[in-house]
Amino acid sequence: MTQISRADVQHLAQLSSLQLTDNEIDNLQIDIGNILGYVEQLSQLDTTGIEPTYQVTDLQNVWREDVVDDYGIGREALLALAPASDNNQIKVPKVL
Amino acid sequence: MTLIADYIGRSARDNVLSAIAKAQDNEQYHALLSLTKERALERADAVDRGDITGKLAGVPFVVKDNFLAFGAPTTAASKMLEHFNAPLQSTAVEKLEAEGAICIGKANLDAFAHGGSTENSAYGPTKNAFDQTRVAGGSSGGSAVVTALDIVPFALGSDTGGSIRLPASFNGVVGVKPTYGTVSRYGVVAMASSTDVIGVFTTNVADAEQVMDIIAGTDPKDMTTLANFFIPKRTIESGKKIGLVKEFMTDDVDPEVRRRTLEYAQRLRDNGHIVEEVTLPIAAHTLAMYYIIVPAEVSSNLARYDGIRYGYRADGVMTLAELYGRTRDEGFVTENKRRIMIGSYVLSSGYFDAYYLQAQKARTLLITEFNTLFKDYDVLLGPVAPMPAFKLGENTSDPIKMYLADIMTVPASLAGLPAMSIPAGANSAGLPIGVQLIGQKRSDADLLALARSLEEM
Repeated sequence: MTQISRADVQHLAQLSSLQLTDNEIDNLQIDIGNILGYVEQLSQLDTTGIEPTYQVTDLQNVWREDVVDDYGIGREALLALAPASDNNQIKVPKVL
Repeated sequence: MTLIADYIGRSARDNVLSAIAKAQDNEQYHALLSLTKERALERADAVDRGDITGKLAGVPFVVKDNFLAFGAPTTAASKMLEHFNAPLQSTAVEKLEAEGAICIGKANLDAFAHGGSTENSAYGPTKNAFDQTRVAGGSSGGSAVVTALDIVPFALGSDTGGSIRLPASFNGVVGVKPTYGTVSRYGVVAMASSTDVIGVFTTNVADAEQVMDIIAGTDPKDMTTLANFFIPKRTIESGKKIGLVKEFMTDDVDPEVRRRTLEYAQRLRDNGHIVEEVTLPIAAHTLAMYYIIVPAEVSSNLARYDGIRYGYRADGVMTLAELYGRTRDEGFVTENKRRIMIGSYVLSSGYFDAYYLQAQKARTLLITEFNTLFKDYDVLLGPVAPMPAFKLGENTSDPIKMYLADIMTVPASLAGLPAMSIPAGANSAGLPIGVQLIGQKRSDADLLALARSLEEM
């Protein structure tokens, strides 16, 4: 089983932009250690000289015309989705 | 069970009202997160007036709540998108509406489609259609249950590693995961872009063929879609060579599941096909590949939820890091966080080669093994899952145990192959069991025709 430290979990949370509670850190330390322990079995596979597969479409570059398309969605519809907006702009809290 | 054809030519308003009434009568299953009654009735009246026509005019359906659709929020069963009213509709929904079909509601799922039981929904689990103390399977649990309960004749779902096939098998309905790229994913909340596909739940194979025929095809809004190849086949020739995958029939698999699978194999033989045992040795490692590759893609796809432009935003934050951090901590469920963090781990510079790159190389080995089998065999057969529906809460405290339910569905996902769950009877307690048919890329119509030929027996 892979041991992962509490500091490791906090570092991963930071990389992931997650502000976890202490209780969550405790639980995730166990879960992530177990999951990494499970997936580590792949190190047994000999992949010497094997190319990675990143996608399975067999498609190559798919081109389109370089023109602007708003897909029929206007500014107002998008602003309406924002948690807050003001004067045709998305409003965010003041942060230091 | 009601078929799509049973809804055609009837009053669309009656179709919609009776589907909604049945949904309300079955609220205890918690299969639906919202009903789109107002919009559905407007469309029904337009069908009844003759203003909307098409192959599915007046036929009600349900979509998994990670499909953007009008008439109700698209929540992805998360708090992050609780109030997200989509400004556009997914291509799959648009295509169905263009044929006159009417969406009546949005189905429950594991939040952001992360899970195999629908217990990761931020709004509570969906219950199995055959036993309310058991899980619906997931992540498209709600879509499977509304189909099994005969609320609608078909429902859409998404499948990243088994999310259509697993709940289909747990609820005794047909579940189709097509070849990667068959159906546009435009307007569907992204999970893992290299394996996400859109598919359908129905009560019978012919209905699945009809819906697939409508939703398949290339879409300029989704550059990964393939040129349309899906043409339903009237008949299937006998003498198909079918490989029963040995690694899917080990002692770890429930004996009754194995028995139903062997019975299905015998029925294939009785229909003039050849069934032989084959081996896919790398199958034992595919779950490990999946739980590296998919979290990596999840961590990337879910980075967009930052609390700025749309979705949930935490209150009372003092710094930008706190705005992101608290928004994401409060907006995601635990399983989302596990996957994002595993993804961050396997993609981080010190571990990239050992985990992510190794998994993508192993994926090549898996594809090679599949290709070798498909030189000699037309179709591969096995169970969908190692067990029938498990108890609610049984696996929630142990993520690995939960992931093991996907062990036989992830191989086809990683290779982009079409795979489907076909009802194959029940266990002694009456819980449905599904068998899985896996084919070569673009052989979707053959798989469906084969399954239909057995269903008609």
